[in-house]
This record gives sequence, structure tokens and C-alpha cells, in this order.
Amino acid sequence: MELNFEAADIAFRDEVRDFFAGSIPEDWRTRVRAGLRLNPEELIHYQKMLAERGWGAPTWPVEYGGTGWSPVQQYIFWSEAARADAPAQFHQGLELIGPIIFTYGTPEQKDKYLPRIISADDWWCQGYSEPGAGSDLAALKTTAIKDGDHYVLNGQKMWTSYAHVASHVFVLARSSQEEKRQRGISLLLLDMESPGITVRKIPTMDEKYHTNDMFLDNVRVPVENLIGEEGRGWEYGKVLLDRERMVTASVAIFLKQTISAIRSAAARRVIGNVPLIEQPGFRGKLAQFEIEVMALQTMVLRLMADAANGAESGSRGSMVKLRWSQLTQEGTALWVEALGPEAMHFEAMEGEAAGLPSLPADMPYAMQGALYARVTSIYGGSSEIQHDIIARRAFGL
Amino acid sequence: MDFNYNEEQQMLFDSVDRFGQQRFSQDKRRQALAGDIALNQKHWHEMAELGWLMIAIPEEAGGLGGSMADVMAITEAMGKNLVHYPFVATSILAPALLCDGSDAANVVLDKIGSGEAKVAAAFLEANSGYDLYRVGTTASSQDGAYVLSGEKCHVEDGGDADWYLVSARTGGSDDEVEGISLFLVPKDAPGLTVERFRSIDGHRHARLRFDQLRGAQRIGEADVALPVIERGVAKGIGAHLAEAIGSMEEVSRVTLEHLKTREQFGRPIGSFQVLQHRIVDMKIACEEARSIGSFANVHVGDENSSAAQRIAAAKVRVSECGIYVGKQAVQLHGGLGFSDELIVSHHFKRLYGLSVAYGSIDHHRKRYAE
Ligand SMILES: Cc1cc2nc3c(=O)[nH]c(=O)nc-3n(C[C@H](O)[C@H](O)[C@H](O)COP(=O)(O)OP(=O)(O)OC[C@H]3O[C@@H](n4cnc5c(N)ncnc54)[C@H](O)[C@@H]3O)c2cc1C
Ligand SMILES: Cc1cc2nc3c(=O)[nH]c(=O)nc-3n(C[C@H](O)[C@H](O)[C@H](O)COP(=O)(O)OP(=O)(O)OC[C@H]3O[C@@H](n4cnc5c(N)ncnc54)[C@H](O)[C@@H]3O)c2cc1C
Repeated sequence: MELNFEAADIAFRDEVRDFFAGSIPEDWRTRVRAGLRLNPEELIHYQKMLAERGWGAPTWPVEYGGTGWSPVQQYIFWSEAARADAPAQFHQGLELIGPIIFTYGTPEQKDKYLPRIISADDWWCQGYSEPGAGSDLAALKTTAIKDGDHYVLNGQKMWTSYAHVASHVFVLARSSQEEKRQRGISLLLLDMESPGITVRKIPTMDEKYHTNDMFLDNVRVPVENLIGEEGRGWEYGKVLLDRERMVTASVAIFLKQTISAIRSAAARRVIGNVPLIEQPGFRGKLAQFEIEVMALQTMVLRLMADAANGAESGSRGSMVKLRWSQLTQEGTALWVEALGPEAMHFEAMEGEAAGLPSLPADMPYAMQGALYARVTSIYGGSSEIQHDIIARRAFGL
Repeated sequence: MDFNYNEEQQMLFDSVDRFGQQRFSQDKRRQALAGDIALNQKHWHEMAELGWLMIAIPEEAGGLGGSMADVMAITEAMGKNLVHYPFVATSILAPALLCDGSDAANVVLDKIGSGEAKVAAAFLEANSGYDLYRVGTTASSQDGAYVLSGEKCHVEDGGDADWYLVSARTGGSDDEVEGISLFLVPKDAPGLTVERFRSIDGHRHARLRFDQLRGAQRIGEADVALPVIERGVAKGIGAHLAEAIGSMEEVSRVTLEHLKTREQFGRPIGSFQVLQHRIVDMKIACEEARSIGSFANVHVGDENSSAAQRIAAAKVRVSECGIYVGKQAVQLHGGLGFSDELIVSHHFKRLYGLSVAYGSIDHHRKRYAE
């Protein structure tokens, strides 16, 4: 057992730390700490910044423009990013479709799409879920019928996040009806400009625009946009299962930011003459939260170290996702608590001067973050489904 | 012993419930929530005509002199239908504070009952936590009149108030129990700045600044207002407990319906044991909340420490149960639970708001232990 970073890792850490020093605008940082995604323009700006430094795709192999970093280096990179209140990179292109393209795509597809993911010239969104197909994704009904050198797509996708800003969408659709539902599903790459795609906002409880209904009405997709073989799209998703740890592991590291947000709110708020952060009850709760975050982060570090040594992650990605969503929810709620009654001041009312000069900069983001956190146990496989996955993969139940 | 509403209270519940269902159905809710002033005003006057706004005003002052059980019948139905008006602040808390029999108080009580005025209580300050005795706002006597200086950082339901009931120091130091007096301040008093905020649950709160404000009317005797304030707040909390119960039970009902109708993997999701157990835990939370909430309410406002302790206990447990139920209702609805379209997320947000109104869980746990 060797639990210290090697000298090369430390040198790498210093290099990353230098890069981040002073590079993240102040007005990003509060929102980032709230666990809220930055605006698309800001995320694009950030991605371009990384790409310029050659760090646009921390988890990709060098031959596709990635960094080729070891898992431990990835861990260090994310830790430093979190430390600097940098945002998590937008993952749908980098972690979801990118790896599918470099694993199963044709040389043409690789050349066409991969560089533009890294440079943020393309923005991908994921068109999997449907009204009748959420946890049970294989129930999807959208069809892709071959017509000469095109597929014609019809159906309704739901919860297509960022479809309103994306340039491309990857879609699972049924290209034939088979007895086994997972068969006959194909994975297709669509340009969002294609005629027949309509996007409609789904308002959500945190009052932030994330997600959409997406209607596909006779959308014609060239056959060269099919990934791999027709009818085998379901299998290609599997490559993601093992990569999933990359996404969850990286976001778990960002929980440090929530800790600093809680700390600064609790240091500011004084009750009587004593700052909240010095009151035993609150101190205890914060300490408990920090300890649980530390446990999760060491779990991530261990996962990454095992991965570096070539071990499979098994269902540990699901375990990290579960604990991460719980801690995100608890952390943002604790932050709201630290802010006190004013955390409820969500928006200045009509007729009032715009902007809230007398409010601390972290409102209303703490509350918005706490509301948003509720969805982390629902999307990307709900907590109930994650438990099922672990029971099946780890125990064969 | 009987934990149930009597026949009259049941009728009161039913009529508020009908009002809620008609005025706050899915499509109409949005308009009411969007701050359509004329519509909100119309609803408020209907509530006045039905007598609800004077339920807690004593008969001597021209009100109905209702019991806490009567109040619960009203607020439970409001919680069930998520009626987001400042009923508790105006019609429960304010009358409990305006109890000195003075002309000034009676004028305001009249206007509360008739729906002409809304009133909110301004107690909390930047450094007070939720402790009502920590008052830094001062009221100094100059030429026979009071001059108020200071800030109140959060006034629950104060966004639309015409009057504020303000705690201020006429003596003692910042955290002394003695030396606190209560003042009535009209919203347009010179020297008063009001900032208004919309909360996540559609309620509208305020922050106040008093800048050498003159013209505040003292209510009750000088220096000894704290016990009155504490008993008033206890009643406000009691009314909120019933509101939470109404909301919890309704959102549980909606969730149960969803478990029976939503299908995944070729069967209703209610057939999955983990979800069955979850909805059972939600039901248990509702049972707990209704039991302790009713129990605490019976003696709310009594002048003894066990009444205060009970309300603190009920506030803690109902808040916890409410948040649990709200979260699980969202979770069991999946993505739909996170949407604004379904009523589910609105219940969650109200239950969240209720859990901190007039003191957080930690605050009341501490009060209970003291
Ligand atoms: C804000 C947001 C963004 C999203 N972004 C995207 C996106 O970009 N692209 C995309 O394709 N999808 C996206 N989704 C969809 C998301 O992946 C689904 O919401 C999720 O898979 C759950 O599906 P559902 O909402 O249909 O809930 P349901 O599957 O109907 O689940 C309802 C409840 O039943 C439980 N349940 C279901 N099956 C079982 C079972 N077998 N055992 C026990 N419990 C079960 C669930 O855990 C949940 O509690 C997004 C969703 C949201 C809310
Ligand atoms: C101290 C003691 C005193 C007892 N006294 C009496 C007595 O006086 N008279 C008498 O008749 N019996 C008595 N019992 C027996 C008792 O009723 C059984 O132990 C009990 O019914 C559980 O049965 P089991 O031990 O076979 O466990 P199992 O039924 O095998 O259960 C094992 C585990 O599986 C879980 N489980 C089982 N079925 C399900 C399901 N459908 N869904 C989810 N989880 C499930 C259980 O909750 C448990 O955690 C006693 C037991 C103890 C320990």
C-alpha cells in the first residue's frame, strides 16, 4: 500500500494549480459552489480555455486529442479545479457520446466530431428518455425507419437537457421491432438544425432553464450518422457504465466547493455575539458533512488508483453516484440553513430596484442549488435504480 | 379525548377546501402565484366575507373568537390546496399581538377582519438568529414620541403588509428579556424602507429599515412585550403546523395515485417494494405530524412553559416529517416531480418554507431543550 502521491504527481499538481490561479472569474465562483451549472456561453468559454492549454479532454486517450492522463492525474486535475472554484466540464459530449464515437465510430465520424467536442465548437445533448421510458429506457418508442440513404425519425423525447442550446443530439431510436426490447435500438447522431426537430422548454422547480421536450417529426438523418451497426445501439451504451466513474468521480471531488460555501456563510452569520460556525450544534453538523465528503473522496481516490492498476470498477461507480447525490442534497440544505431566514428571499419583487445590493452574493443561489440538488437522485439512473444495479452487479441478486 | 374536528370545524374545513379547489386549481394557481394583484385582492375579500380573516379576533373586539381547532381547520385546508396568502401572519399572529384593547389596536383588528388590511410581525434581525429576545432595534422616547432605528432582516409574509408589528428596545441591552416593546408601524411611515422578496413557495417576505422613524404607536405596556410576542408566535406556528399537515397528506395522496398509474418495466411502479415501503414511511410521517401537531395546538398560547415546550417539539417534528414527505413525493415522481407543472414540487417548496417560518428546526430543538 502506498498512499502518497509520487514526486511526479506533485509536480503535476503544481502545474495545474498555477494554471488555475486567478483564472476563474469571481462571478462564476458563487454559482459554481452552489452546484449550479454556469450559462452555456460561460461553459463554452471555460472549455475553450482548457482546450487551448491542451487539457480539453482529461479522460480521453492522446490519439483522439485527450490528455492521456492517468486516473491519479485526473483526480489531481479535478481537485485543483474544485479548489479554484472552476466549474465541472459539461459532460454530455466529453463523457457520453465522445467515448462512444472513439470506441465504435467510423474514422470519418471520429474526424468530424471529436475535435469539435474538445474545442467546444459543437455542443451535444442526450436524447434518450421519453414520456414512457425513464428508468425503463428500453421501453422507448421513437422510431428510425430506413428510407434509402436516410433514417426517418419520429417520436417524442423528454428531459432533453440543453437541447435549446445544443448543436447536436445523440438519439436512441427503434429501427426494428424485436422480441427482446433491447434489440432493434439504434444510436444516431443528429444535427439540431435538421428540419422536423422541435424543442419546448420544461419549466422546473428551481426556476432555471435546463431541460426540454424534444419532438421528432419525420426528421431525416443520413445513414452515415449511425453509430456502429443498426439495432445494436443498446450495447454501445455499456461502454459508458465503466466510464461512468469518470463523471461521478469528478463531480464528487467538487463537493469541496459546497463545504467552502457553507463555511463562509456560517462565518458571516452571527447569532448573539457568536458566529454560527463557532456554535457547537452547527459545528458538529458541518464536521459530520465534511467527514462524509472526505470518505467519499477517498472512495473516489481508491477507485481511481485501482483503475490505474487496471482493475474494473464493478458497481463502484453507482456507489459513488448514490453517495454524491445524497451529499449534494445535504450540503446545499446545510448551506441554506447557514444563511438563515434570508435564504428564502429568492427574488426581489416587482417595483423594487433590480439587483440586491444588500444581499450577500450567494443568494438566491444557495436555495436554487438546494432545489436543483433534488434532481441528482433522479437523473442519470435514480437512486432506486442505482441500488438495483449494485445488487445485480455486486451480488448477483 | 377526541383528536377530530367537530361538525362545525369539519364544515369550516370543507368550505376552505372548496374555495381552494375552485380558486387554486392547476391553471388558476399560476395566475394567482404570478402576483396578479386584482385577483389576489378579490380572493382576500372573499376570505373576509366568509369570516375566516376574523376567526382569531376575540369577540370583544368584534371577531369570531375561534379556538385553535377552528384555526387548524382553516389552515389545514389552505395547506392542502396551497393557498399562498398571508393568512397566518395577518389573521392569527397579528390579532394575538394586538391584544391590549387600545383604540389603535382595535382599528387595525377591524381592518384585518374586514380584509382591508394585512399585517406582519417584524422580529428577526441580522444577528438575532430566530431568538425573539435578541432585539437591537431601538425605540427612544423623544418629545413624547418614539423614534425607531434599526433593521429587521426577515419579515415572514411581510411583502404585502399595510402595517408592521415591530419589536424594539425601550430598555435593557441587546439580548435581555426585559426592555422589549411592541410597535405598530404603517407601511408608508416616513423613515421606513421596505424591501420585498418573493420566496420559493409564492409567499412574499420583507426586510425593513427604520431610519429615525417617527409615528410608531406602542402596543401594550412598555418593556414587557416579550411574553406576548412569544405566545403570539406560538399561535402562528400552531396554525402553520396544520397547514403543513394538509400539504403533506395531499402530496402523499397524489404520490400514491402516481404509484398506481405510472408504469415502468411493464408494471405499475407501486409494485416495487422499495417504493411501497417509502410511501408507507410517508404515511407514518403524516400520522406522526397530525398527532403531535394537534396535541401541541390544544394548549398553544397558554401561559406556561409546557405549552411552549410542546409547540417547539411539534414544530421540530412536523417540519422534519414535512420535509421528508416533500422530498419523497418528488423522488417517487421521478423527473416529473422536479417539474414545475405538477403540484408535487410546489408542495415540497411550501413544506420547505414552512419548516423555517418562525424558527428553524435547530432553533426549536434548542428551545425544547432549554
Ligand atoms: C432535470 C432533468 C434532466 C434530465 N436530463 C436528461 C437528458 O439530458 N437526457 C435524457 O435522456 N434524460 C434526461 N433526464 C431523464 C432522467 O434520466 C429520468 O428522469 C430518469 O431516468 C427517471 O425516469 P422518469 O423520470 O421517467 O421516472 P420513473 O422511471 O417513472 O421513476 C419514478 C420513480 O419510480 C422509481 N422506479 C422506477 N423503476 C423502479 C424499479 N424498477 N424499482 C424501484 N423503483 C423504481 C424511480 O426511482 C422513481 O423514484 C433528465 C431528467 C431531469 C429531471
Ligand atoms: C425473540 C423472538 C421471539 C419470537 N417469538 C415468537 C413467538 O412467540 N411465536 C411465533 O410463532 N414466532 C415467534 N418468533 C418467530 C418470528 O415471528 C419470526 O422470526 C419472524 O416471523 C421472521 O421469520 P424468520 O425468522 O423465518 O425470518 P425470515 O422470514 O426468513 O426473514 C429473514 C429476513 O427477510 C426479510 N423478509 C422476509 N420476507 C420478506 C418480504 N416479503 N419482503 C421483504 N423482506 C422480507 C425479513 O424481514 C428478515 O429481515 C420469534 C422470533 C424471535 C427472534
